Amino acid sequence: MIRAIEKEISQDRRAFIKKVLGGTIAGSLLLVIPAGAVDLTGIPEQIPGMRGDTAPFITKKKFAFIVDITRCIGCGSCCVADKNEYKVPDGMYRTWVERYVIDDEDNVYVDSPNGGLDGYQEPREDIPHPTRDTFFVPKLCNMCEHPSCVQVCPVGATYQTEDGFVLVDSKRCVACGYCVQACPYSVRFINPETKTADKCTWCYHRVRKGLLPACVNVCPVQARKFGDLNDKDSEVYNILHQPHVVSVLKPGMGNKPALHYVGLRREVV
Amino acid sequence: MSPEHGVAAATALTNYVFPNDIHVHWSLMIVLYPYITGIVAGAFIVSSLYHVFHIESLKPVSRYALVFALAFVAFATAPLLNHLGHPERAMSMMLTPNPTSAMAGFGYIYSAYSIVLILEILFIYRPTLVALKQTATGFKRKLYGMLTLGSDNVSEKSLALDHKIIAFLAAIGIPMACTLHGYVGFIFGGVKANPMWATPLMPVIFLLSASVSGIAGIIFSYVLIKTFTGRFIDMDCVRTLIKFLWGCFILDFVFEMLELFSHAYMATHHWEALRDLYFGPLYSTFWIAQVGVFSVIPFVALGILSLVKLPDGVVKFFGSLISLMILVQVLLMRWNVVIGGQLMSKSERGHTVFRPEWFEKEGIMVSIVIMLLPIIFLYILSKVFPFWLDDEPAVEKQSA
Repeated sequence: MIRAIEKEISQDRRAFIKKVLGGTIAGSLLLVIPAGAVDLTGIPEQIPGMRGDTAPFITKKKFAFIVDITRCIGCGSCCVADKNEYKVPDGMYRTWVERYVIDDEDNVYVDSPNGGLDGYQEPREDIPHPTRDTFFVPKLCNMCEHPSCVQVCPVGATYQTEDGFVLVDSKRCVACGYCVQACPYSVRFINPETKTADKCTWCYHRVRKGLLPACVNVCPVQARKFGDLNDKDSEVYNILHQPHVVSVLKPGMGNKPALHYVGLRREVV
Repeated sequence: MSPEHGVAAATALTNYVFPNDIHVHWSLMIVLYPYITGIVAGAFIVSSLYHVFHIESLKPVSRYALVFALAFVAFATAPLLNHLGHPERAMSMMLTPNPTSAMAGFGYIYSAYSIVLILEILFIYRPTLVALKQTATGFKRKLYGMLTLGSDNVSEKSLALDHKIIAFLAAIGIPMACTLHGYVGFIFGGVKANPMWATPLMPVIFLLSASVSGIAGIIFSYVLIKTFTGRFIDMDCVRTLIKFLWGCFILDFVFEMLELFSHAYMATHHWEALRDLYFGPLYSTFWIAQVGVFSVIPFVALGILSLVKLPDGVVKFFGSLISLMILVQVLLMRWNVVIGGQLMSKSERGHTVFRPEWFEKEGIMVSIVIMLLPIIFLYILSKVFPFWLDDEPAVEKQSA
């Protein structure tokens, strides 16, 4: 009996020493490698004036996202970048690209196999009539000024920051799914890994570091644009303040999206 | 290619569902949630018809209806907790609620209503419990001691005060029961993104179907329990309940149809998608089951049972059978609203499919277990709260 207790104590001692050693080594490493502070000096600032702003909220900026439908080629690069950035589970989509085909009888055919993740390599050949028009429509969070998801969240886990981002606090979310039902744009899903609501954040973590959202960064044809509407030199300001065909999705919902579309057709929902 | 094949191909071609809409997020648990709360609200209304509106013929079920409501209210949150991804955070809804959320109020309304219901049961049963305590021993005696709230006073003065309290609780209980279920309807009716749900009629339809399911539940279980225990069935009570069931069901069914008719008549840009839904994936569960079999037949049968003088045996048999059909109708209505609303993608260009699995977290087996729990609890409650007044002649004298 006593021997057994002694054995237990000596085992405990060994475990204790191991932990102390481990802690010491880890602690020393932390002194050498600055934790969390990624060195960005080599990466140019993509959103002017962001790195000087260290306040909790970026109140002096008004962000907007613009998708130019006339430019999108449906390559799916944005979807790949997004999936890699967030490890989005298969079958769930923070962003996706839709393919619209309109025939000469005015029938509208839409598809988005695997959310456009694989790109649209082949044309649709199952359309019975001659094709009149085709285009691609990338979709993502609309970052509404009056977001339905924030309104309905029973615990305030989905919230709107002062700088206009609609985000989800995964430590508060109960995953009731009410926001999923309430979003008119179906950009939300319940992440099966975290068991919380999830959606596109316009890469808030990148924006705070002066970097463009991952999808904007990789778009080879600049169909996705992101910037500050208070900066009169920004591309988004110029697009929204010049005579362009610009609209938002489902304006009748009254959500006032901050996501705008250039060249939006009436067929797009 | 045959013309039918051409139509099918064209439908498949245009069937576009938003990628995140392929999965139905609110499944069987959210079908059961309004079903159970509806039964609760409806059963309470039956009890109030006697306690507040003095419909004397309903006296035999007035106490039973409350205990029945309690058995179901105890498990109203079970499907919700099973549905939540993080049930351990459920209390955040009450401790730190978001005031703009239509869902955040449920915890408060549910709790307040439960308290009123429990208090009403305790006051109505107080003289009975006092009498039972005197004859009980051991654990039961202690239990009855707790349930009588420590007061053995059954003097006339004390009982008169009890009656005042009971009338007050029943009176505030009615608007609370209506709020509880009208509010559940609003949880769906307030979702503007879903054209099937977003109608101001939704709370009305939910409330009416709640009344219907509660009354039907009382009729069915009353006749069943009394028959199986070989006791006297008060046919005057059953006939009155059938009349109320008929009245409520007329309103319920008419409003359900009016709601759909309004969509069809206005034929806004949503109608095309709604029509495809009602005549597509919902055809069998809505038109054939909910409307055809489980609404039209009870609608006619309840009319006959209410208006034609029929023998007691016929009323007993068909009354309980039709009540069971009504209970199925309301369950189908919950299914068609909750699941149906999600089958239609917000792309309004197509619909997804949903097939419940038997063995999954929110599957059919779990649903059956959740529906059995209130029935088991009702049995346990029957050991504490005698349902029927004729069980206790000595007590009857005191409480009359």
